[in-house]
Amino acid sequence: MTTSQIIRSLEPTQDNLLAILHRVQDANPANFLDQPELREVADYLELPYSFVYGVATFYSMFSVKPRGRHVVRVCASPPCHLMGGRTIRDELREYLGVEFGDTTEDGLFTLELSSCLGTCGIAPAMMIDGEIFGNLDGVRLREILDRKRREEP
Amino acid sequence: MDGRDVAVTINGVRVRVPEGTMILQAARTAGYEIPSLCFHPDLRPNGTCGMCVVEIEGVGVRRSCCTPAGDGMDIRTNTPRVMDTRRTLIELILADHAADCPICDKHGKCDLQRIGQDLGIREIRMAPKEVFSRRSDGGIVLRDPNKCILCNRCVTVCTEVQGVANLTRIGRGYTSKIGTAFDLPIEDSVCVNCGQCVVYCPVGALSSRDDTREVRRSLADPGKHVVVQEAPAIRAALGEEFGLSPGAVVSGKMHAALRKLGFDRVFDTNFAADVCILEEGTEVVRRILSGSPDLPVITSCSPGWIKFMETFYPGLRSLVSSAKSPQQMFGALAKTYYPREAGLKPEDIVSVSVMPCTAKKFEADRPEMRSSGFKDVDYVLTTRELARMIKESGLRFEDLADAPADELMGSYTGAATIFGATGGVMEAALRTAYHLVTGRELENVDILPVRGMEGVKEAVVPLPLPDGGTLDLKVAVAHGLGNARRILDVIRNQLETTGRSEYHFVEIMACPGGCVGGGGQPFGSTLGTRAERGSGLYEEDRTLPSRKSHENPAVQRLYETFLGSPCSEKAHHLLHTAYVERERVHGRAAG
Repeated sequence: MTTSQIIRSLEPTQDNLLAILHRVQDANPANFLDQPELREVADYLELPYSFVYGVATFYSMFSVKPRGRHVVRVCASPPCHLMGGRTIRDELREYLGVEFGDTTEDGLFTLELSSCLGTCGIAPAMMIDGEIFGNLDGVRLREILDRKRREEP
Repeated sequence: MDGRDVAVTINGVRVRVPEGTMILQAARTAGYEIPSLCFHPDLRPNGTCGMCVVEIEGVGVRRSCCTPAGDGMDIRTNTPRVMDTRRTLIELILADHAADCPICDKHGKCDLQRIGQDLGIREIRMAPKEVFSRRSDGGIVLRDPNKCILCNRCVTVCTEVQGVANLTRIGRGYTSKIGTAFDLPIEDSVCVNCGQCVVYCPVGALSSRDDTREVRRSLADPGKHVVVQEAPAIRAALGEEFGLSPGAVVSGKMHAALRKLGFDRVFDTNFAADVCILEEGTEVVRRILSGSPDLPVITSCSPGWIKFMETFYPGLRSLVSSAKSPQQMFGALAKTYYPREAGLKPEDIVSVSVMPCTAKKFEADRPEMRSSGFKDVDYVLTTRELARMIKESGLRFEDLADAPADELMGSYTGAATIFGATGGVMEAALRTAYHLVTGRELENVDILPVRGMEGVKEAVVPLPLPDGGTLDLKVAVAHGLGNARRILDVIRNQLETTGRSEYHFVEIMACPGGCVGGGGQPFGSTLGTRAERGSGLYEEDRTLPSRKSHENPAVQRLYETFLGSPCSEKAHHLLHTAYVERERVHGRAAG
């Protein structure tokens, strides 16, 4: 589907804004909302560009800057923190070689902090794209990331 | 629901207010002012600052700006709990506010400063931290996000009142800020420079470009001959900066002050407003009588409106009068007609204007505004900048003896002075159009239906035609660009469906209230203040010897000795302009 088709897959009502933005971002190879996309969404919903841009920057699941192929969101909420989340965060930074908010040089991973992912039973947890990984430790973490790397063509 | 009253008790005082009245407003009725930073009586409340908390018996602490007074409520506005909450809130706000008060544009006019003083804050327990780089804009409207308290007033006025919707809140949390779509610098955005965000900002986070230094330098240069013009709306607001009430007309003191500041000639934009009426009035009459499809004629004096039209309604460009604004007509004449009359060289002349308007700075900088062969208006000062120059010069404004403007380009009629109020250009144009069409004079020049603060005003004015018939002239007046959108959408729809609009002549002013409510006017105004300033102008109109532009002897002389007739070739070259189409993201000229 083209971007226009994705945008037009939902009715042009303001309450569809978030759903449309999600679909558009998911289809963007760099995992973000670029300016032409935001403009087209705004035009379709007859909303000001500033409003749509404000929404896209308010929600942390959206990005207006290009990101890696995979977005790694590590939970920073207290239950994960108590279960060793701080170590996981440090290991992620070290293994990927980037700070939070940044993207690895090969363009594969963007590392982000997240508030509670709702999976406290398997803390510490992280989410890669839409998939949750729990009961993390340094070894498991590396395995998961290495597997993601290997899956790349 | 409608018409019902509710009874509430505020600090023991029982008052009745219409149902739906917010507690903050109800408290005013009871004689209590409740402090607030985000609330402004002209704008929809949004409850972001929390300063207006009150205690409601049996309910708890609530924000009074957005809690309607309910029947039987027992409300306390100044309990220890309320005061402590307010003090904590203001400390939190100050912890994220660059409080460089002595060098701030809003010093003395800042709501945060005033409330902090009223609450006796003497210490900020949390150390302020600057998050953003100082100034992020290089245009006319300037932001300092470190001073911004995120009250959202600017977003509300830009979006809901002006319909420009350039400003939004970007991001969230500690690093969130007010910005434009795609976070462009304001000068590269669709901002129309109306400056309403600046006048509604409760703190110094928004300000406008200061050009006083350049003007001072020109005044001090013996090789320069500096002339000045002042817009109609200045005279009804400048006094506020010196303790006079809004609407006090200070034309005489204003001219005297400018002379004392060292301007070589003190002229008046009102002269050019009279010229503008002859040019625009002639254009209106020609277009209407010739049966042109380019109707209605829409006024072109307001540069905020012009950039708005170029950005959001470029398809209506052919309707907008080609007449320049009075500021630019004056500028073109100040470097052609004036030096010819005075025996000066145009290159030695520095042309300064004092405007109630921030968009006028943009207009003067437009590349096409050089019909004299030079920059027609070199520097534009706002009312606030002129007030500052008067203060820094140590002039005692209130003691100045009234003085007239210099005659050649300073005489004016009542028709010119009402340009500053919404409906004024329409009224002035109709007074002269009547003369142009019938050759007779309108007896009762007060055209009341186009006056007042109603957002869109409409009227039908019967105009006797030379052939004995009567033309029912359908006119409309809109002020505030959100109101302009309403009438423009109607016109566009009529043109698209029938090829013709029922309107003949439409006045649009970018700012609510017209120029008296401009973005360069003294801070602290409400729509009420703006209406008072407008009343001052209508009062001056009533007392002037002539109230029709075509009767201005200085204007008659200009046409006799220099321009020939209105809309002559020379007049066209100097006093008319053309418009561009702009892109809807960054507001730059397309193509």
